[in-house]
Amino acid sequence: MADLTVKYGLLAEYETTADILHAAAKVRDAGYRRWDVYTPFPVHGMDDAMGLKKSQVGWFTFCCGATGLTLGYLMIWWMNASDYAIEVGGKPLFSPIFGFPVAYECTILLGAFGSLGGMLLLNRLPRWYHPLFTSERFKRVTHDKFFIAVEASDPRFNDTETRKLLEEAGSRHIEEVRD
Amino acid sequence: MADTLTKDLPAIPTTPPELVRQPLILNRRPLGWISDKISEVAEGKTPKWWWALFVPSFLIMVVCFSMVLYLMSTGVGVWGLMIPVGWAWDITNFVFWIGIGHAGTLISAILFLLRQRWRTSINRAAEAMTIFAVICAGLFPLIHIGRIWLGWWLLPLPNANSVWPQFRSPLLWDVFAVSTYFTVSLLFWYMGLIPDLATMRDRAKNKIRQILYGLFSLGWTGSNRHWSNYEKAYLLLAGLSTPLVLSVHSIVSFDFAISQLPGWHTTIFPPYFVAGAIFSGFGMVLSLMIPMRSLCHLEEIITVRHVELMGKVVLATGSIVGYAYAMEFFIAWYSGNPYERFVFMHNRAADPFILGPLWGIEPAPYWWAYWTMISCNVVCPQLFWFKKVRTNLLFVFIISIFVNIGMWFERFVIIVTSLHRDYMPSNWAYFSPTWVDIWQFIGTFGLFLTCFLLFMRFLPAIAISEVKGVVPQADPHHPLGGAKGGH
Repeated sequence: MADLTVKYGLLAEYETTADILHAAAKVRDAGYRRWDVYTPFPVHGMDDAMGLKKSQVGWFTFCCGATGLTLGYLMIWWMNASDYAIEVGGKPLFSPIFGFPVAYECTILLGAFGSLGGMLLLNRLPRWYHPLFTSERFKRVTHDKFFIAVEASDPRFNDTETRKLLEEAGSRHIEEVRD
Repeated sequence: MADTLTKDLPAIPTTPPELVRQPLILNRRPLGWISDKISEVAEGKTPKWWWALFVPSFLIMVVCFSMVLYLMSTGVGVWGLMIPVGWAWDITNFVFWIGIGHAGTLISAILFLLRQRWRTSINRAAEAMTIFAVICAGLFPLIHIGRIWLGWWLLPLPNANSVWPQFRSPLLWDVFAVSTYFTVSLLFWYMGLIPDLATMRDRAKNKIRQILYGLFSLGWTGSNRHWSNYEKAYLLLAGLSTPLVLSVHSIVSFDFAISQLPGWHTTIFPPYFVAGAIFSGFGMVLSLMIPMRSLCHLEEIITVRHVELMGKVVLATGSIVGYAYAMEFFIAWYSGNPYERFVFMHNRAADPFILGPLWGIEPAPYWWAYWTMISCNVVCPQLFWFKKVRTNLLFVFIISIFVNIGMWFERFVIIVTSLHRDYMPSNWAYFSPTWVDIWQFIGTFGLFLTCFLLFMRFLPAIAISEVKGVVPQADPHHPLGGAKGGH
């Protein structure tokens, strides 16, 4: 039967955090765009070594939090002062002071959903299938090994050149991953 | 050349031995060992000790729900509360459990913002404890309303009466605070679990485990582009949880402080409640972690140093609580309000041996509760000034149990002693719990432990990826991280 899979890219395995950090800097300097580093835990300084921009999750948190605060106050005003006014001891029907605890909790609640949701959205998760999951060795990425995957779709990708680069950066095991 | 440069320089001082920090993970274990050791607890054959703890816990949980059913079918009369003691064990238990929950968020959020790296060994279990404690806490306000089937009236949902909840009431603030707290703690906990669930997925030996862990790990690959967003989201959640945890117990204290009752109407309540909550929470964390580390053989990950540091937090918060008790008492006297003074002297502190005769008054009906609280919360933790005590696990465990007892009594003292004798002597009464009260409370321990044991058995009880991040191998500039000369 014909092989219907397409080449996803090259997967290079590294042993230590220092190795992977230096290798990532080399791949970055070689000008690759469609590549990534896979580690069991976030390696300090890796964002710089990869040349990543600052994460944008904060915007999601801020927008959701602001929505929570506004909706919280609107809800309190509408329910207790507009739709069914409840007189209690001659106190004002609405005040930002007594509304604060509830509106504040709404801010935190929506802000928290925004942070988690924003993180998942930016990471395109959940995504239960990934071509790298076909590699048996890649299972150790959550254990104790560090990987760099350069995708074949990268304009600079060249089977021999890329392999050479990853090898020179200190990888002792490089495999081709097919999707 | 090199000789002339170094000759006149003083010798480079080396770190004196007493300043060398004990490593967070003992014995320089490799990265793989960490995931093996932690996942082991949730893999393989179920140990005998687990069943020995689970079966009684489960039975006690059944008792808990039986008591709820009995209460629902018969009415709140099955409890000992009455007028004037309209809140008794129900709200005591609610505040007790919600307070315990606060340690989890403190460890996961506040210690994270303060860069306390030792938190990684205990944060996962403490967060789980938070969630289960909040479940136990949430049960009580729900069942204490009597007609439980109308509990949804607390929520801003349209109902047949067209009346909305009254947002000026601190009791409603509490509904929002506790439900937000539960939800945010759950989100934080789950987010921390995602990379570790991926570890469990990649280790899974059978299909079912692979599918279930795979499903909940959302296809996590450990990609650094993902880690970058993940770490930012984690930081933001920590930043949101920190004011949240402080607000939740402040709002719980508003339930009391905003009323006019002597003994409750006090401005010190919010900080006092927050300190007490952290105190009790760390007490419970210690009571759970000390047996857990031995039973699961995690001594190298949850080290004596971790226990010692928690002991210091207990000492600090216990002292704040002690200060709050003293200040509350002082202000009751200094305010010149006779009702305030009456509550503190006649309802709480006057024991039959020293203070009662000294003040020339009758002993307080609940003097024993007040002095149990003082000895467990103020006196007992002071033993943690001694390093010998802080590093002796048996001692720490015993003291942590006393802290738990003391903090339950604190809430009992605040609630019942203030209520039972208020302005009108004709109204005075003495509250005693019924068997339903007692079993309802014991039952929640069954619920709590059942949840905790299931968590230990099926989920990574320690944050694997976070622990890996604090060992020397994780540091690219450390020789163990593979750094060569020149760094």
